[in-house]
Amino acid sequence: MSLSRAKSRKRQRLYLASLAVLAAAGAAALGLTAFRDSVVFFFSPTELAEQSPMSPDRRLRIGGLVEEGSLQKLADGKTVTFTVTDMQHDVQVAYTGILPDLFREGQGVVAEGHMNPKGQFVASEVLAKHDENYMPREVADALKKSGHWEEIEAQNAKNMRN
Amino acid sequence: MSNFFEMGGYAGYVWSSYGLATIALVVLLMVSLRGLKKSRRDLAHLETLLKSRRPRRKKAQPDAQS
Amino acid sequence: MHRFAKPSVFLKLASAIMPWAIGITVVTLAVGLYLALVASPADYQQGDTVRIMYIHVPAAWMGLFCYVGMAICGAMSLIWKHPLADIAARATAPIGATFTALCLITGSLWGEPMWGTWWVWDARLTSMLILLFLYLGYMALVNAFDDSERGSKAGSALALVGVINVPIVKFSVDWWNTLHQPASVARMGGPSIDPSMLWPLFLIAIGFTGYYVIVLIVRVRLELNERRIRALQLGGVGQSVADQHHLAVPAKQAGAGE
Repeated sequence: MSLSRAKSRKRQRLYLASLAVLAAAGAAALGLTAFRDSVVFFFSPTELAEQSPMSPDRRLRIGGLVEEGSLQKLADGKTVTFTVTDMQHDVQVAYTGILPDLFREGQGVVAEGHMNPKGQFVASEVLAKHDENYMPREVADALKKSGHWEEIEAQNAKNMRN
Repeated sequence: MSNFFEMGGYAGYVWSSYGLATIALVVLLMVSLRGLKKSRRDLAHLETLLKSRRPRRKKAQPDAQS
Repeated sequence: MHRFAKPSVFLKLASAIMPWAIGITVVTLAVGLYLALVASPADYQQGDTVRIMYIHVPAAWMGLFCYVGMAICGAMSLIWKHPLADIAARATAPIGATFTALCLITGSLWGEPMWGTWWVWDARLTSMLILLFLYLGYMALVNAFDDSERGSKAGSALALVGVINVPIVKFSVDWWNTLHQPASVARMGGPSIDPSMLWPLFLIAIGFTGYYVIVLIVRVRLELNERRIRALQLGGVGQSVADQHHLAVPAKQAGAGE
């Protein structure tokens, strides 16, 4: 085989490989755009409000921030209710079971369950969603004191809306 | 010191993470080193064998580009 | 370029790098682990479980980094038929797979106490699981053929196409809503991790990279030896000797692809 022939074959393979990657990237991009709307991990309270009334048979996940001061324990001692908010709409959630350690008022949460006819969300599973900030307690306290905490909370709320 | 081992009540999660990471990385290293040792032994064995059979034969060069 | 990638040149370079790689790995991992487990503070929300991050995040980075390396080597082997690139890709796969598996397992161990679940099928976790399957698929494919060159071709093609998954892993947390939080380090506006927690993270990441270099060199040397054995069996005294002495490599494979 002559040298130039070998070279042109190498070039051909280079083109073919680039083409394959481009084609795969295109296919992935198309698939992902389709995915983006149809496969969501959770709905925000606003999205839920747009879709209501929701069939009680439909299982879904909702996500948002647990509203400050909304957590209540019911008389049976096992059921809790709280409000999930995205700062525009609220959803009432009732849940019987153990809450994750990170479950806090003002923090993100994702609940799986269904809407009951009263418009309350009955959760069978509650997961905590935390933000991307990591810091020692002293730094968090200092931020709260200096008034920079609101920026973090605003970011947090924005993340949950997505 | 007991604080260090308790990890604020999350000892099981934290220590098993570090333990599994250590085990996985050490095992991969060991398997790779053992494979290298074995390949060296086999190669040396084969080379002495070839030398004794055909002393004048040039060593094959598999590393060379085709 | 081919001159630098000759195995003899590689072996010389590798011998020079090895002591440095070992030194850097030992020192950064020792200091990194001390900071991670002892000297760094607990998180204000997550307490001591934040220490899992110092393994989880570097392992995730390595899983992605190794995959990109493997795909580049796969492309070089596919296009320029470079034997050393093929060997490097094959040597990288088990290391990347190990880091990816570690990322998934430590993530699980972190998710259970903090999120309240070992696993969810959100975009980040699912795309990371696909990364592990790509590694496993590559390793299965390159060894699936008697003719090792055909195996390399198939494996490299898979590695190359699978590279699409790398940006998907990275941006999954921005493109979809996920249970997994957005990026903390490589993000607009700088890291959202306190410096006291960034140090152990970076040191262990450097240590893992050093570990990768060490194991990569060991595995490339191993593979070079095995190819040489195969070639000697084929070109040397031939099949009878190989059979007689039960050498590791079956005669059928001997010299394949040379």
